[in-house]
Amino acid sequence: MTDTPDISPIRTAVSKNLGARYRAELRFRAAGLAAVAAAVGILVILLSSIVSGGLPAFTVNELELTVDLDEELVDPSGERSEDSLRRGSYSRVLQNAIRTEFPEVTGRRELRNLFSLYTALNATRLMDEVLEDPGLIGTQHRFTMPLADDLDLYLKGLLVEERSFQPQGTLSLEPSDAGVVVRSTATDFRDLAAEIARTLRARATLLETEADRLTERAQELSGTEAEDMLYDADLNRRQAADIRARLEIDAGPIELDNSLPSILVESEGRTVRLASLARNGAGGTGEYLLGGDSVEAENAWSIQVIDTPVERRRVSDQLIVWTRALEERGAISSTFNTYLFANADSREPELAGVKGALYGSILTMIITIIISVPIGVFTALYLEEYAPKNRFTALIEVNINNLAAVPSIVFGLLGLAVFINAFGLPRSAPLVGGLVLSLMTLPTVIIATRAALKAVPQSIRQAALAVGASRTQTVFHHVLPLAAPGILTGAIIGLAQAMGETAPLLMIGMVAFIADAPTLGLEGFTEPATVMPVQIFLWSDGAERAFEARTAAAILVLLALMIGFNALAIYLRRRFERRW
Amino acid sequence: MTDTSPNPAAELPIKVVARDVTVSYSGKQALHDVSIEIPDRSVTAFIGPSGCGKSTFLRCLNRMNDTIDGAKVGGSLTIDGQEINDKSIDPVVLRASVGMVFQKPNPFPKSIYDNVAYGPRIHGLALTRPELDEIVENALRKAGLWEEVSDRLNHPGTSLSGGQQQRLVIARAIAVNPEVILMDEPCSALDPIATARIEELIDELRENYCIIIVTHSMQQAARVSQQTAFFHMGNLVEYGPTEDIFTNPRDTRTQDYITGRFG
Repeated sequence: MTDTPDISPIRTAVSKNLGARYRAELRFRAAGLAAVAAAVGILVILLSSIVSGGLPAFTVNELELTVDLDEELVDPSGERSEDSLRRGSYSRVLQNAIRTEFPEVTGRRELRNLFSLYTALNATRLMDEVLEDPGLIGTQHRFTMPLADDLDLYLKGLLVEERSFQPQGTLSLEPSDAGVVVRSTATDFRDLAAEIARTLRARATLLETEADRLTERAQELSGTEAEDMLYDADLNRRQAADIRARLEIDAGPIELDNSLPSILVESEGRTVRLASLARNGAGGTGEYLLGGDSVEAENAWSIQVIDTPVERRRVSDQLIVWTRALEERGAISSTFNTYLFANADSREPELAGVKGALYGSILTMIITIIISVPIGVFTALYLEEYAPKNRFTALIEVNINNLAAVPSIVFGLLGLAVFINAFGLPRSAPLVGGLVLSLMTLPTVIIATRAALKAVPQSIRQAALAVGASRTQTVFHHVLPLAAPGILTGAIIGLAQAMGETAPLLMIGMVAFIADAPTLGLEGFTEPATVMPVQIFLWSDGAERAFEARTAAAILVLLALMIGFNALAIYLRRRFERRW
Repeated sequence: MTDTSPNPAAELPIKVVARDVTVSYSGKQALHDVSIEIPDRSVTAFIGPSGCGKSTFLRCLNRMNDTIDGAKVGGSLTIDGQEINDKSIDPVVLRASVGMVFQKPNPFPKSIYDNVAYGPRIHGLALTRPELDEIVENALRKAGLWEEVSDRLNHPGTSLSGGQQQRLVIARAIAVNPEVILMDEPCSALDPIATARIEELIDELRENYCIIIVTHSMQQAARVSQQTAFFHMGNLVEYGPTEDIFTNPRDTRTQDYITGRFG
């Protein structure tokens, strides 16, 4: 007998590297957890950025006006025929309505400015309302339309930085030849003057620093480049000196130009924009943006400062004042943005909606489903259950797998060459889009179906064959029902992918601007249309800032559609799932 | 080299006759010139080590080898004098008259009722629902399962225990009223109690059917069969009444196998 404790060599061998084994497992689990956390984190960031970006687009500020549907304007020939009604001047009706709100506006330019409170396309909407109900002619009609996109953004607080306050003290507004003279006992004007002086001084310092930098750089260089720099530096210094001169040497009022914040003084329905601010805080001079007579007030007045200078924003002080006035009169109300869902695309963001793209997507997906699902499923069934396993079928299989990896734009080119050029199908139509997307989806459906069929146990096929079922009976009675959940999942993944596809549709012209939604019917398949992802692509490129929020909103609609699609897949899978 | 006594149980009519049956899978020969005569209304057991060709031969009898790519069957095989490899015989018709039970219970993922009713339905054996009900009940009764499942016919067949599932599968096979029932190691996935139940059932079914059973258990072969055939390396080595095979084997390979010297 030996003295060594009775430990078998396998035990010592195992316990020696046991710690390392567990550490490896721990590392792997930590890495997995970190990966999941990172994925979830990124998803949350993505979703919250889309949601916060898209939410403003779901509300809209609407302008409600009483329009006088004067018979002479609306029905020029007086016969109430559709032809006559279509020739009516509805834009004049709208213009008259807004003019009654601001009767003091008379000048041509001022009027044009006033009419930009809304887009002229609303005249067509008014016409449609009249065509639908000719009884409105001659009456006072309440007409609702969306406010111009920039003003809508302004009211949502997304366009400018502004503040307003109720000063203590008296205010007098006195029209004179040199504009309105604003006098006040409030200290706020002194504070504002000091603030603007500080801003100007900071600007001068910035110009000087830049000039010094340019001079320094010029010393390192030579030739025309250095000369140009020195010239720029000189220019900066002169501008700085100019600003300082305005502030230090001349103790007079500060001119408020377009590069400085706008100061609006409001009292009893009159608004004055200050053109100059007295440095002693006594007030300043300005011009009326609303109203036009003199005012004496104590405490019941306000100052509104729009910090974003005019040259850096898209709306003028005048439009802001009109919008605020309309809001105070209760003519503007914020409601759910029905235009986003009831309208097709439009050049004007406030009237643009996803309806056209949504219908286009639905029509396109119908074609895709009709073509890719049956063909894909039956192809897979044939290959998996009937086809002999030989070189030829192996070649086909390899090609199908490769097709799944072909860039989608290639399918678009194919669609353009075959469906449009060779077959002469209409451009931009859901029919062609659906055909192209079917080509793209087919490999996915076939691969998923084959995998699902392979997963059906061989014993089920044998059981069916052994009781005398034919091959087709075996497939349709037993194999296909068992594979159905897998096939459904695969098909829906393929279709969801197709629904989010943009590139191939660009090639077949579904990227065109289409202002009318296609009809949800047979004829809709050949009408020009666009689809959700293409609409998102188009809007993301839109020049107007209001398209930004609408892009995010359209993404949300597409996401909702996708989630609905996947929920349907899960529901169907649960229903068809059988356990064995 | 095959040592075959043509009819070990002379009093019974011959059901299945094989003459020089060969099977090859993708050129590799799995069965060499098997000739055998199997009597009706009795149990014939095929024994032998794994890969000896007994299951392959069994699958010839309902042409299940047709479903395997690259399988080639040669020779002559008749059931009731009719050549089953003949082009004029549809495998579907053949399989309806030659039922098969597999190693692992493989009920369809459907209700117990639908499992049994599937065969009669696709072959159009019942015109009305009561007729079908009767067929299902008879089949389940014959399989000795009726008492256990009569109150839950709409439960899934897969919810039964392993032994019950195997009896359900037997019920499914006999529901189409076949002439021959092939069983490929029907008890290898079952516990001894369920096995005993199946063996009992096989013994009962013997009165009406020609049963051919492949088994790895020599005790089982001894218990249930009247004839035994010993296969080795693709050859039928010895075939005769079960008693003779187990008590007095003529071939040394048979003797070595049944005494446990190899296999």
